[in-house]
Amino acid sequence: MSAALFIDVEVDDSIAGDRELAAKLEEVCPVDIFRAGAHGLEIVSENLDECVLCRLCLDASPPGTIRIVKLYDDGAVLGAPR
Amino acid sequence: MRFFEYESRAIVAKAGIPVGKHGFARTPARAREIAAEIAAPVVIKSQVLSGGRMKAGGVQFADTPDEAATHAERVLALEIGGHMPRGVLVDSRAAVQHEYYAGVVWDGIRKLPVLLFSDMGGIDIEEVAERHPEHVVSAHFSTLRPFADWQAKQLISSLGITGQALTRLTPIVARLARLFLQYDMTLAEINPLGELADGSFLALDAHMDVENEARPRQRALLAELGVGEQETRQAREPTAFELAGEEVDAQDHRGVAGNVTEFDGNLGLVIGAGGGSLTLFDAVRSCGGQPANYCEIGGNPSVAKACGLAKLVLTKPGVDKIAVMMSIVSNTRVDIVARGVIKACVELGYDPAEKIAIFRIPGAWEEEGFKILARYGVDYADRSVSLHEAARRAVERIGPQSAPVDGPQHDARERV
Repeated sequence: MSAALFIDVEVDDSIAGDRELAAKLEEVCPVDIFRAGAHGLEIVSENLDECVLCRLCLDASPPGTIRIVKLYDDGAVLGAPR
Repeated sequence: MRFFEYESRAIVAKAGIPVGKHGFARTPARAREIAAEIAAPVVIKSQVLSGGRMKAGGVQFADTPDEAATHAERVLALEIGGHMPRGVLVDSRAAVQHEYYAGVVWDGIRKLPVLLFSDMGGIDIEEVAERHPEHVVSAHFSTLRPFADWQAKQLISSLGITGQALTRLTPIVARLARLFLQYDMTLAEINPLGELADGSFLALDAHMDVENEARPRQRALLAELGVGEQETRQAREPTAFELAGEEVDAQDHRGVAGNVTEFDGNLGLVIGAGGGSLTLFDAVRSCGGQPANYCEIGGNPSVAKACGLAKLVLTKPGVDKIAVMMSIVSNTRVDIVARGVIKACVELGYDPAEKIAIFRIPGAWEEEGFKILARYGVDYADRSVSLHEAARRAVERIGPQSAPVDGPQHDARERV
């Protein structure tokens, strides 16, 4: 369970096991939210609130496969039209 | 960061300025050995980072090595200004004919070093400047161009000093100016600079302060002098609260959230921004508030770091609320600080709306920050509210302090 108050990250099942993409996300995220684990992409929940909304993860992954949710903004999704 | 006298003496000697025979001793036996090596009457001087040594009995005169050891034993056990001595300086007693003063200090208004010289040494230069201003001369000099001997000569000669004295003083004063630049000093002072019977000169006492921020640049010098990386050399020992603040700031490389100083008030402060900390601290006090702490936050710290600082302040005994205030920020994100301080409240089981008296940080990412604050019902102010008004609101919100909390009482400027 996430201990984050402000940010949640939702990952589409289609990329969850993609180890190459996981490594890429681990590399681009400046606050270490993504980790390339043995079985693919892992979310480091203790770092979620450090998200700086930089969109680098969105740019690095196929469209719509990662959603950055602003919990403080009624669940608004980063980059999504309001 | 201040140097002990024995360290200052080493810096002066390294720069090629003549000093008398001397040695540093941590034990009476070593003091005896040094006095025997000097083979002349000596002065035993307590090595403390505090003034008033002479008045406190921290300076003693000895004619023999045994007497030097006896005095050293007494001086080593003598607390001066709340400080125990690091050791004693065993210094030869010079037959001085005349005492001069030479110093360089940083002029924060002109943003240049200023070279000071006086033919009335041995007493505080401030006193000379006040009572005998005609005996003090000064001149600013560049930090960019190399310091030339003629600059020192011109200054010294403006006091009417000529001939051999002028010739001999010139390189000493010029070397002092150069070491000030070379070692990123904020103060480099030789007082007294003694003229001996044969016309030679000796640096009889020296005080040096290096700019704290320059410590990484001066690692070689500090290592040579044996100054430890953890030595803060502040006016007093840091409190447990202040040490905890250093730990918060050290937890990651992002931004600053630390430089904490403890006070005994009830309003915790999470403040910062390019001089904003001091301004805000003063604003709180001028509005009748009682700060529980001083601190500095800026440079875009992580959420965890802002959270850690806020938690530290919130859990300080006697703190009722915190005020989170900065001037307009460009390199610190409002939303990140907002997340940090709210997270601190929530994780400690507090209602952020109750615990945060005011949040006044306008600037980068303020729209996101204000959304977060609004979500948790925290009272926030934008750039249309002045720092002073924000401080006033915080003080009004917290009300008068019910009873003073035990803790250190001092001015923020002592340590910042």
